[in-house]
Amino acid sequence: MNRLEELFTRKKSNVLNVFCTAGFPQLNSTWEVMKALQDNGADIIELGMPYSDPLADGPVIQASNTKALQNGMTMQLLFEQLRDFRKEIYVPVILMGNINPVLQFGFENFCKQAASLPVDGIILPDLPEYEFENEYGAIIKRYGLDFIFLITPETSEERIKKLDTLSTGFLYVVSSSSTTGNKKDFTEVEKYLQRLQNMQLKNSLIVGFGIKDKSTFQSACKYANGAVIGTAYIKALENATDIQSATKAFLSSIIN
Amino acid sequence: MVQTIIPNNKGTYKQPNIFGYYGNFGGAYIPEMLHRNVEELRDNYLKIMYDEAFQKEFQNLLHDYAGRPTPLFFAERLSNQFNTKIYLKREDLNHTGAHKINNAIGQVLLALRLGKKRIIAETGAGQHGVATATVCALKGLECIVYMGVKDMERQQPNVARMRMLGAEVRPATSGSQTLKDATNEAIRDWINNPNDTHYVIGSVVGPHPYPDMVARFQSVISEEIKKQLKEKTGSELPNYVMACVGGGSNAAGAFYHFLDDLSVQLVAVEAAGCGINSGMSAATTQLGKPGVLHGSKSLVMQTADGQVVEPHSISAGLDYPGIGPLHAHLYESGRAKFLSATDKEAVEAAFNLTKMEGIIPALESSHALAALNQMRFKKDDVVVICLSGRGDKDMSTYMKYMNEL
Repeated sequence: MNRLEELFTRKKSNVLNVFCTAGFPQLNSTWEVMKALQDNGADIIELGMPYSDPLADGPVIQASNTKALQNGMTMQLLFEQLRDFRKEIYVPVILMGNINPVLQFGFENFCKQAASLPVDGIILPDLPEYEFENEYGAIIKRYGLDFIFLITPETSEERIKKLDTLSTGFLYVVSSSSTTGNKKDFTEVEKYLQRLQNMQLKNSLIVGFGIKDKSTFQSACKYANGAVIGTAYIKALENATDIQSATKAFLSSIIN
Repeated sequence: MVQTIIPNNKGTYKQPNIFGYYGNFGGAYIPEMLHRNVEELRDNYLKIMYDEAFQKEFQNLLHDYAGRPTPLFFAERLSNQFNTKIYLKREDLNHTGAHKINNAIGQVLLALRLGKKRIIAETGAGQHGVATATVCALKGLECIVYMGVKDMERQQPNVARMRMLGAEVRPATSGSQTLKDATNEAIRDWINNPNDTHYVIGSVVGPHPYPDMVARFQSVISEEIKKQLKEKTGSELPNYVMACVGGGSNAAGAFYHFLDDLSVQLVAVEAAGCGINSGMSAATTQLGKPGVLHGSKSLVMQTADGQVVEPHSISAGLDYPGIGPLHAHLYESGRAKFLSATDKEAVEAAFNLTKMEGIIPALESSHALAALNQMRFKKDDVVVICLSGRGDKDMSTYMKYMNEL
């Protein structure tokens, strides 16, 4: 049983997934941020691989990408930073990013390195399911990694079923059609989550986009297994003087 | 005439396969948030484009509003200078001053048939933004144009035109603050407005079906060239067709109906900026590697780590680190020859055309003219150059150059 399966077997609700950007706020803070997240209650860590032109992200996460790249972050460096990280980090870790840097690193090499650390899964929002089925899915599977697909309120029922079949680890439920960090009315989101709940999907559901505080986290968790917080945490890190205490303060405002 | 896409493996030059591939390039690398919009477009664009009523309205507007057909002008003095026969396809004489209006009319009409109420666009030189704002004014639609801050400064007349036309010009402040970033912002807008908005992409870039759709809307250029050449020379086939390439829409339009006529040498001219190896260039086929940018796999200027680099060209319309997937395929397969011209060569070519023919070309089009120096023509060769736009918007750059002489 891998870490994600183990987590969702043990914990079926209020799973807290927190997004952070590798190499942000400082080049070498990646491990420290992950440790702080784990120590203060994050169940999953979604580690963003910085990219110059992230399309699905709003200004806050994009700025963290730009900062990380200015800091000197690269894919190779990320794998070096994560070497031996399992000595301290035992929660599931998902690498998230855009397809282009992964293609340049070499898709198979990327999977091989990711699996050797090991991290547990990959999210590449701009890798469409056709390309996944045609070429990349087999490589991902060969290295035993989970690949997590996104669905949105605009995704048809038929397509949701298909993406649920292809997805392993969990299904990433984008709460509303928006870039990250955008505010939308949450009652609409609840209706959508109820609809998903009734579909009897095979994967656990983790809600992302628009989850920024205790109340939105709890609303998302009413109808799903958990939720991802990204933009709000990046904002907390932007102004932090101390990563440990900023993370502790932020996560306790969500969980407690 | 209804055209359908043949589900072959590799696609042809004129027609990508069902997944949007021309050879190894194309596809639709989009986040799920854009899936429904892109799928809606993919499932409907050919049906709508080749619907009789649509074609009638489109052709009428091209004729009565844009002013087509644009002339094919035999440039006698320029021909003598290069000791060959040069014809200029006068896309600069279109309403709004460039070929961009062809695609803007097509896509706005298509958006109306899809029931969209709000139009967004990205723009580099501002010609696509002006064209889109123009057609939106004509049809009474809301129009928002994203434009890099750097481009807003160097193409001020076009910013003023868009505003007068009623469009909102939103500055793109991230990254290199040019066309690439304006495109990012437009895509984000589309993600946030999935129901009522159509994104009018101005070039043959973006996820499938955009490259194919834009190439088809621009193909009127080569359709007319064939007819006009037949009248003027007795043959519809020239020896050369030359065009500048940023994303590549005027080149796609000028090449389109010649793609399968292998006797016609297609020449694409990229912006070398300060020189290909200067670190200040936008010559994507020379500096790029296969990668994914703005929703399709193509050649992309990027670091070894896969970060998109900031290009440079004096011409805002060519200042783009990618190239349409059709062009990447034309490059890889050798079907088209790819040359490049520097900022300085382009400006000199602009002055030369002005002196020889009394035509002030856009900086973009001047790159195609500049490449004449690199060609070896025979006296009887027929060379068609797509003069994609006029130079009014570039007067401040040209004046600066004059003052430095």
